[in-house]
Amino acid sequence: MFWRLIRRDLLLIARSPALWLPVIFFVLVAAIFPFAVGPDARLLARIAPGILWVAALLAALLPVETLVAPDVADGTIDQLAARGIAMELVAAARIVAHWMGFAVPLLLALPVAGVLVGIDAAAGWRLALALLIGTPALAALGVVAAALTASLRGGGAIAGLIILPLALPVLIFGVGADAPGALRLLATASLVIVALAPFAAGAALRQE
Amino acid sequence: MAVRLALAPVSTYSASVPEPLVATDLACRRGGRTLFDGLGFRVDPGGALCLEGPNGSGKSSLLRLLAGLLAPASGSVIGGGRRTYLGHDVALKSGLTLAADLGFWARLDGGSARLTAAMAAMNVAGLAQVPCRQLSSGQRRRAGLARVLAAGADCWLLDEPTQGLDTASAALLASAMAAHRASGGMIVTAGHGDIGLAGPQIVRLG
Repeated sequence: MFWRLIRRDLLLIARSPALWLPVIFFVLVAAIFPFAVGPDARLLARIAPGILWVAALLAALLPVETLVAPDVADGTIDQLAARGIAMELVAAARIVAHWMGFAVPLLLALPVAGVLVGIDAAAGWRLALALLIGTPALAALGVVAAALTASLRGGGAIAGLIILPLALPVLIFGVGADAPGALRLLATASLVIVALAPFAAGAALRQE
Repeated sequence: MAVRLALAPVSTYSASVPEPLVATDLACRRGGRTLFDGLGFRVDPGGALCLEGPNGSGKSSLLRLLAGLLAPASGSVIGGGRRTYLGHDVALKSGLTLAADLGFWARLDGGSARLTAAMAAMNVAGLAQVPCRQLSSGQRRRAGLARVLAAGADCWLLDEPTQGLDTASAALLASAMAAHRASGGMIVTAGHGDIGLAGPQIVRLG
């Protein structure tokens, strides 16, 4: 059941015209920042992980309006609920699919984005590991916010307001991933968010 | 009730005759307003129930309640075997072909083997490879009904099932509903006017 839901969600993401939007956005932010910061390569390399984390966070936010709201509007959630499928399971499947839809392409595009902001190889690998650990939490927060705002008009903007403060622990430990113990704290924060998110999103979906 | 049971032929499809759908002392409150209370009815295998009433009288809410999508403020619903629900929104994904979309639900319902016949019965077999975004509203409604047929459920809960259907499609629905009842199935519909059910019970709301 879980795999069927994930497969369908992935198929829908793959068919949606917005598939490449998050990763294009991610690379664009990385391309624009050097122009905004100026020609100081050392400064740029120092703030590069922060830039890429913020870019990843905003990329995770981009598809939020299409994550849950269409399913509520077109009766898909009703059809799933009428079959006795737990909304927590639906939310968990959506988190996995959203992560694969935005984070996997983003990690693949990381070498390009890394070159654009002048990050060196060692820092690049550390950043890749941190993103790998942290992006599931971003996907989970995206699905929670999408579920909470699914029946609101213009829910995407409110979803952003919900996600940004909750994403702070992931952002802080992710950017500081070279400090001792930071990766473990990042993993803890990510794990807690991913574990709680299906319940929060499931509860929100039952209220629709 | 005895007459209704006598009219229903012996089940030919379902392995066992499902329990009758019995609602007792149902009440529904939405947004602080009581839509109905003290509502009770019983639908026997092979039976059909039409919910009638003005707009906003709680017909759709009662169907959602029977489908398990709403919790009643009081009272209970038991029996009815496996129920399947079709609301106003038919839950078709614009990016998928009709066959892919209905195939997903049929696999969830364990009804993949029934899907071809169900799509033929609602005359959407020819649209199998058409993306759902290109379907007209009547075609979408027929596709939703094909999903109901393929679900193989004992009790169909249909919210204004003839909405958007032309005369020929409404006749297809009528014969599908008759076949479902003949095999011991139950039907609860909400709607206005005749939707092609033979001798249904009527419950008036509002």
